[in-house]
Amino acid sequence: MLSSLVTLWYTFLHLFQRNVTVSYPDEMPYLAPRYRGRIVLTRDPDGEERCVSCYLCAVACPVDCISLQKTEAEGRWYPEFFRINFSRCIFCGFCEEACPTYAIQLTPDFEMSEYDRQNLVYEKEHLLISGTGKYPDYNFYRVSGLAILGKDKGEAARERKPIDTRSLLP
Amino acid sequence: MTHGNEIVIGLLNVVIGLAVLMAAAALLTWIERRLLGFWQDRYGPNRAGPFGVLQVVADGIKLLFKQDWIPPFADPVIFVLAPAISMVTVMLAIAVVPATPMIGIIGNLNVGLLFFLAMSGLGVYSVVLAGWSSNNKFSLLGGMRAAAQMVSYEVFMGLSLVGVVMLAGSFNLTDVVHSQRHLWYVVPQFIGFVVFFLGGIAETHRLPFDLPEGENELGAGFHTEYSGMKFGMFFVGEYIGIIVVSAMTTVLFLGGWYGPLLPPFLWFAIKTGFFVAFFILLRAALPRPRYDQFMAFGWKILLPLTLLNILVTGALMLAGPAI
Repeated sequence: MLSSLVTLWYTFLHLFQRNVTVSYPDEMPYLAPRYRGRIVLTRDPDGEERCVSCYLCAVACPVDCISLQKTEAEGRWYPEFFRINFSRCIFCGFCEEACPTYAIQLTPDFEMSEYDRQNLVYEKEHLLISGTGKYPDYNFYRVSGLAILGKDKGEAARERKPIDTRSLLP
Repeated sequence: MTHGNEIVIGLLNVVIGLAVLMAAAALLTWIERRLLGFWQDRYGPNRAGPFGVLQVVADGIKLLFKQDWIPPFADPVIFVLAPAISMVTVMLAIAVVPATPMIGIIGNLNVGLLFFLAMSGLGVYSVVLAGWSSNNKFSLLGGMRAAAQMVSYEVFMGLSLVGVVMLAGSFNLTDVVHSQRHLWYVVPQFIGFVVFFLGGIAETHRLPFDLPEGENELGAGFHTEYSGMKFGMFFVGEYIGIIVVSAMTTVLFLGGWYGPLLPPFLWFAIKTGFFVAFFILLRAALPRPRYDQFMAFGWKILLPLTLLNILVTGALMLAGPAI
């Protein structure tokens, strides 16, 4: 009986506490930079497309919502088309994890409702952004790779020199 | 001529009283959800109109335009009758409540208190018949629970008022209020007050004593099969019930319209509003007891307590001058 009265009192005190509700359309909630929202395709710092159409995202996708076609130009691979069906996408972020070039990234934006289901199928021109996304300095073709026969680490035409980890020490 | 005036005043009281009551009950659906929201750190309905007041209108329109469905397995006559009884009994019960000496439909009825108890007793029929005519296991169980609960709590509710009647020496509610001019009965009749209020919660089957509805065991209890405005009538009946019990508590224990400074009607409204808010606070804070705990609490604690209360009140009245 007494505990009931105590409960009543504490519940009453909640009248004077701030509401936890964020009244969403009037008041935008803060979304973390790593929020898994709308998917974009990013470019490297030189403004080239990062995607090398390796198909790893399409393979990783558990709902098979990614579809793309490889094409070759100027000695590298590009997607001829890149299509994400957002009516299927579950925003799991597996594609982002699978991507070897940081091309495909998820962004903190979820306001993509449509009245027509077909409008949820995003083509490459809808997905491709002009910026670098979450990794501003990363360029897949400049990262020094492995040493192979006749080429040491960081010796190829566009490769950067490998980072000397000892020089980074404080 | 004076007789004609009396009739006009009486009719005005009826019409305005009914309108105010219905408006208050409708508004209460919104107030309850708003208050519940605040007590649970959220907003509640705040979209329609200023502060969400028009939510009431939206709900009304929604309920009116819902399909009015009578299940083929139900007993149609009783099925339709039950919600009507629910509303009519509580609305009749409010008739005997005097808001002020002037405002009130038959506040001067010489058996006002008994009339109120009779009407709340008749209210049991609405839930029982609803449960029975729905021809559905959940509804029937809800109706049975409601019958047992309301009949047993009726006992304590009636007995808890005996002390008040003894002190006031009248069943007339206006007289009961007049006799509280110097001391509210909540002081000498505190046990009666507590038991009456608990009984009132059980009578209106509100949380935490909403076992007839108990949505986690019984779906929605006796009104499982109801939809549209028939469901709305149960709903409105419940809210008017809250107002009736709050108003009765005010009249019987908190000195009705008596209070300093403010006009009498405002005092009555403030006290009633306090109890209405307390009803909602109870809903926000307390969990529902198990059915057997609930019945045992009634018969093993409340009944002896009320009997003791009557005994002590009677003894004190005999021993000394009237308290």
